[in-house]
Amino acid sequence: MVTSFNNNVPTKFPKLQPKAPNGPDLLQIERSKASFDVDALSKFTYGEEFLKRKDKILKILEAEPAFEKTQRFFQGRHERLMHAYEKDKRTIELSEELGWTDEDRYIVNLLYDQPSPYSLHYTMFLPTLKNQCNDEQIKLFYERALRHEIIGCYAQTELGHGSNIQGLETTATYIPETNEFEIHSPHLTSSKWWIGTLGKTANYAVVMARLMIHGKDYGPHPFCVQIRSLEDHRPLPGITVGDIGPKFGYNTIDNGFMMFNHYRVPHIAFLAKFTQVKPGTGEYVKPVNARLSYGTMVLTRAGIVNGSGLVLARGATVAIRYSAIRRQFVDLDEPRKWRNEIIETPVIDYTQQQYRLLSIVANAYAVIYASQELRDQYEVNQEQMQKGNFSFLADLHASSSGLKSLTTTMALEGLEDCRRACGGHGFSLFSGLGFAYQDYLPFVTFEGDNYVLTQQTTRYLLKTFRSLIAGKTNTEQKNLTTTYLSQYLQNPNTTCPAISGAEFLNPELILTAFGYRAAYGVAQLVEELDQNGRSWNSVLVDVARVCKAHCQLVLVQSFFVRIQQASEKDLGPEERKVLQSLAYLFALHTMEKDVAEFLVSGYLSAAQSKLLKRQVLDLVALIRPNAVSLVDAFSFPDYFLASALGRYDGNVYEAMTEYVEKEPLNQKVVVDGYEKYIKPFVHRGLQRKNDSKL
Amino acid sequence: MANDNAPIQFPNIPPKGPNGDLLLAAERAKATFDVKSLTKIMYTEQYLKKMDKVLDVLENDPAFDKSDRYHHSRPEKIAASLWKDKRLIELTKEHNWDEEEVGIANFLYDMSTPFTLHYSMFIPTLKNQTTDEQKKLFLERALKHHIIGCYAQTELGHGSNVQGLETTATYINETNEFEIHSPTLTAAKWWIGGLGRAANHAIVMARLILNGKDFGPHPFCVQIRSLEDHTPLPGITVGDLGPKFGFNSVDNGFIMFDHYRVPHISFLAKYSQVKPGSGEYVKPPNAKLSYGTMVWVRANIVLGVRMAIAKAATVAVRYSAVRKQFVDAANPRKWDNQVIETPVIDYTMQQYRLLPAIASAYACYFTGRDMMRLYELNQAEMAKGNFGLLADLHASSSGLKSLTTTMAVSTIEDMRRACGGHGYSMFSGLGMFYQDYLPNATWEGDNYILTQQTARYLLKTYRNVVAGKAVASEYNFTVNYLLQYLQNPNAKCPATTGADLLNPELILSAFGFRAAYGIAKTAELIDKQGHSWNSMLVEINRISRAHCQYMLVRTFIVSLQTDERFAKPENRDLLKVLRNLASLFALYTMEQELGEFLTSGYFNSEQAALLKQQVIALLEEIRPNAVALVDAFALPDYYLNSALGRYDGKVYESYTKAAEGEPLNKQLVVEGYEQFIKPLVHDGLNPAGAQAAKL
Repeated sequence: MVTSFNNNVPTKFPKLQPKAPNGPDLLQIERSKASFDVDALSKFTYGEEFLKRKDKILKILEAEPAFEKTQRFFQGRHERLMHAYEKDKRTIELSEELGWTDEDRYIVNLLYDQPSPYSLHYTMFLPTLKNQCNDEQIKLFYERALRHEIIGCYAQTELGHGSNIQGLETTATYIPETNEFEIHSPHLTSSKWWIGTLGKTANYAVVMARLMIHGKDYGPHPFCVQIRSLEDHRPLPGITVGDIGPKFGYNTIDNGFMMFNHYRVPHIAFLAKFTQVKPGTGEYVKPVNARLSYGTMVLTRAGIVNGSGLVLARGATVAIRYSAIRRQFVDLDEPRKWRNEIIETPVIDYTQQQYRLLSIVANAYAVIYASQELRDQYEVNQEQMQKGNFSFLADLHASSSGLKSLTTTMALEGLEDCRRACGGHGFSLFSGLGFAYQDYLPFVTFEGDNYVLTQQTTRYLLKTFRSLIAGKTNTEQKNLTTTYLSQYLQNPNTTCPAISGAEFLNPELILTAFGYRAAYGVAQLVEELDQNGRSWNSVLVDVARVCKAHCQLVLVQSFFVRIQQASEKDLGPEERKVLQSLAYLFALHTMEKDVAEFLVSGYLSAAQSKLLKRQVLDLVALIRPNAVSLVDAFSFPDYFLASALGRYDGNVYEAMTEYVEKEPLNQKVVVDGYEKYIKPFVHRGLQRKNDSKL
Repeated sequence: MANDNAPIQFPNIPPKGPNGDLLLAAERAKATFDVKSLTKIMYTEQYLKKMDKVLDVLENDPAFDKSDRYHHSRPEKIAASLWKDKRLIELTKEHNWDEEEVGIANFLYDMSTPFTLHYSMFIPTLKNQTTDEQKKLFLERALKHHIIGCYAQTELGHGSNVQGLETTATYINETNEFEIHSPTLTAAKWWIGGLGRAANHAIVMARLILNGKDFGPHPFCVQIRSLEDHTPLPGITVGDLGPKFGFNSVDNGFIMFDHYRVPHISFLAKYSQVKPGSGEYVKPPNAKLSYGTMVWVRANIVLGVRMAIAKAATVAVRYSAVRKQFVDAANPRKWDNQVIETPVIDYTMQQYRLLPAIASAYACYFTGRDMMRLYELNQAEMAKGNFGLLADLHASSSGLKSLTTTMAVSTIEDMRRACGGHGYSMFSGLGMFYQDYLPNATWEGDNYILTQQTARYLLKTYRNVVAGKAVASEYNFTVNYLLQYLQNPNAKCPATTGADLLNPELILSAFGFRAAYGIAKTAELIDKQGHSWNSMLVEINRISRAHCQYMLVRTFIVSLQTDERFAKPENRDLLKVLRNLASLFALYTMEQELGEFLTSGYFNSEQAALLKQQVIALLEEIRPNAVALVDAFALPDYYLNSALGRYDGKVYESYTKAAEGEPLNKQLVVEGYEQFIKPLVHDGLNPAGAQAAKL
């Protein structure tokens, strides 16, 4: 383009201040209203040790170019992927240099806050090898993988097959003559699909394939298979592999596909810790009791639940800080003043906004504490299982499935609501919430689809209920479920005693209400299935509801237990008080949202539901002064938030304009494409004007 | 090294049967009504012909090709969009397209572009607000694209509250000019579509300052970039505001003015005027007329919601008929006498998600159409000097815009998730769609703020009804249901069987009672117990929603009763299906809001249980028509741009084809391999050598 001017002049904003009062002043006022000590609450929530580690690692990452986070907003998929590779390699180097532990690396990834191409090597390939390899395989696969000499992924789902593992099509046929397995993809739908790290990165894969021995199908089993050359990274003959293309989020990972064309692998590829295939004869040796592995799933899910809590916390941090700064309209009944002048009212002062955001803060704390409770119970259960007591396992496993489903759904909804609560600017990626939502979404699908999971939980609840009625439950083996179901069975016509809103502020009353509503749902469902002969498929809507009711009870109970069991040293009186209010808000707001179920069960009356509604708003008003401090206590550094709106210092508008100056389109005065697409029209007009002047 | 530039291709083998085309054919065979008749009723034959004609042109024009859309980076998106904008102008001329045909082209292309705001805001504003002289100077040139414009209202620190805008336009009596100025950083115009890179003119909303007095925001038409070389004019800082959650094909921009002078004629002077020299302000006449236009805009938004939901439902329903998961042990699906995995559409849970979405699309169709009718009726009445309809119509339209766009956003996302894992792929067609659709919940009035307008009107009407100042009317349903409530505030729902709940009268009474109850209680808390407006905002949002749900349900039911096309004998089957959809829409909505129906005392627990069962019964009844009902929206594959939602059901074939198009698959070995992967792996290949090299 020939121009009479220098086109490469970046656009800069004039040096002007935002209209007063500025963000830092407004946040300062909010923080001065806190009734409790922010650091003390952070320590209670995370533990001091964790916070120290986080600070230490934060300093390192902030100084590392490979961990820079602004450029991701502007990059196309390819550039983002390249930058993520750089981060992965640098993480390996820093781990060696600084001796990072697994927990350190967890913090690194938490702060970096973006999936990267090696992710599945760590989260699936290594753990699977660790659990499923025999000693020889540990040496051959696992130890090399730890040193990154091989890089792997976990290939289970297929183009036509997701949650139903039994539906997988890929086969691994044992060839006795050569003592090999032949892996094969019979149809297009059998292509491995969605496999993270597979598309472009991995040279190995754990492949789930139907084991076929002498014509008999033993169902899906894991194989560790080399897929790309270690010399030059090209796919090996017989393998078609690539990236599945752009996604709603997660674009910094190379989710891939793979098809096998009669691909032979040696006998040792079959992961043989639990089951074996005898060389030569092809005799199949069955696995031992698999119950122990359910324990591990509980831990994995506790981790996911914790992640959901952090997602909610992050959304709330951004939305609340920005709502304290963003002003809109003048509330005529109660105009806000600044230096004796009426200003527009900060949106955080509108009750609708408080109702939206403070309930999300309460959800965040509830979910974080529930994940800790789940982890504690996991430890207890592991101990018990060592002693041969499996009575907690089923209950814990069922609750953890349901909680994974409920809390990831809550997190998504809450995060998106926080983004929208930021008004128009929430739509800018600089809000820091757009990518967060896009990248978080898969959590409702993976590690068990949320709808499918609810069926597992409810099956357990129904079974427990039936066994209680039949008197087959050992009453000494009390767990949460048997407790509330028995209570209901003893008195199925009980009603809520509250006659004033304040009476709802009572953990016992609340837990009874949630227990009753959950049990009522279970009882109704059992009746539908067992007495009225309805099919499982026809009651799936209620199945999901019953699971939710149970898990909400678990969340409410965990929150109260966490507070009650905290020592005075760990939780001071002011921190305890604010957490107590949050626990009430969480419980009553949850009750309000599902009030129809409480009413239909007959436990709550219409009059009580009105009291409840007012009580929720009273709690919102009570907690309002602590709003900013409660999100400060989540202790998220600005580096993590990567948000112009949610910064700790409140310099929202300055940050927003600084980000905008980095937009690649603003590095030139006139846009590419002007000559071709705009100029012809405009110059025709100029020509006409000149002609008419003549 | 072998050729690294070999694109990756799938082997040529079929998916596991039964294939999508066969499954969809089986679904279509189950339809109980004629799909084409429903399509014709919804769109008219003449519109469908235009659609086919335009579609044929677009599918054969490279500027309208959509196959790379999901791979484009932002600069590529902007470039492709500018190309489309230019080509559309040319095609319009070549084919002599009318406004409706251009609208169809934009609908089918389905992505906003830098020129979008030129058409949707700049030109309409110029049409409505200019004097004859200004029409010649601005509008005529804009129509010929000799100038390209945008509409600059919101600012960095100011959104929905127009009165809070900071940008000033001070009249300079001496030179008969206005000086436009941005006093602070928060005064930067922000979010303005088309401004970032494309526009050379802008309508700027700025506070009019005359002889030191502030007259509030007024519109100015201002040149911002050189017509010679497109550089920003001196005194102006303008640019793009960066990447967004969606809408990245539009150059939403910012602009700041530094004591920027514009001539007197820039002030758009159709309604109010500034006298040259003296700077005397001449007030605008009654502004009520412009409220009528807002109703029209919102009716269009509601009709747009119908399309948005229809699109999402089309993809999810078709794919759910093709996607199979688990074997339903109690009722195994067979194909050629073999048990196959059950198509997910056969699971009740999936039906509970999909079928209400279809019903809501039809609800929005009937409501949008009725709003159009009322708009025209109202315009005619206002021309006669009768403003009686306006307030109710305007209030309902605000709330309906809010309710239906919120419904659309959540339905699109739910349909995307109902597609399971593959919904997360951009090739589902629903990801980018969700991202691009989202701003609808914010613009043309933020959804939460709009509900306040509606609620204010509802409360005012209630007070009038109580004071005996309002009478029943053929057009004002608000007054009618409030009167009914006040006659018997302790009324109870008479239903004793699930089938009773299908009675239209009963449904409308229930929705009316629930809305009236909420309004009455809110009025009581404000008027009798002295609660402030702010403390009531949660309830205020609820009563607006209750009212608008009443409107949607009512319009759906009444349209089926009164539209003579459905009375024709040949449309009897059609009417039956639509009646079921109306019932499903009503009862599903009721179930979602059950807490309010129970709290009002109108419903009891037994009725709630009946309701639940009746919803499931309706799902079963509608289920066989699921695919036919989305087919009736007649959305072409070009528009859907989805591997999962194709008409022919060839999901897996088109999905793998799309994956072959991924740029990363154009090379065998990924670009970062040498730098980031090879060193680690080669270290393992030759440990001794690697160790030695380190020493």
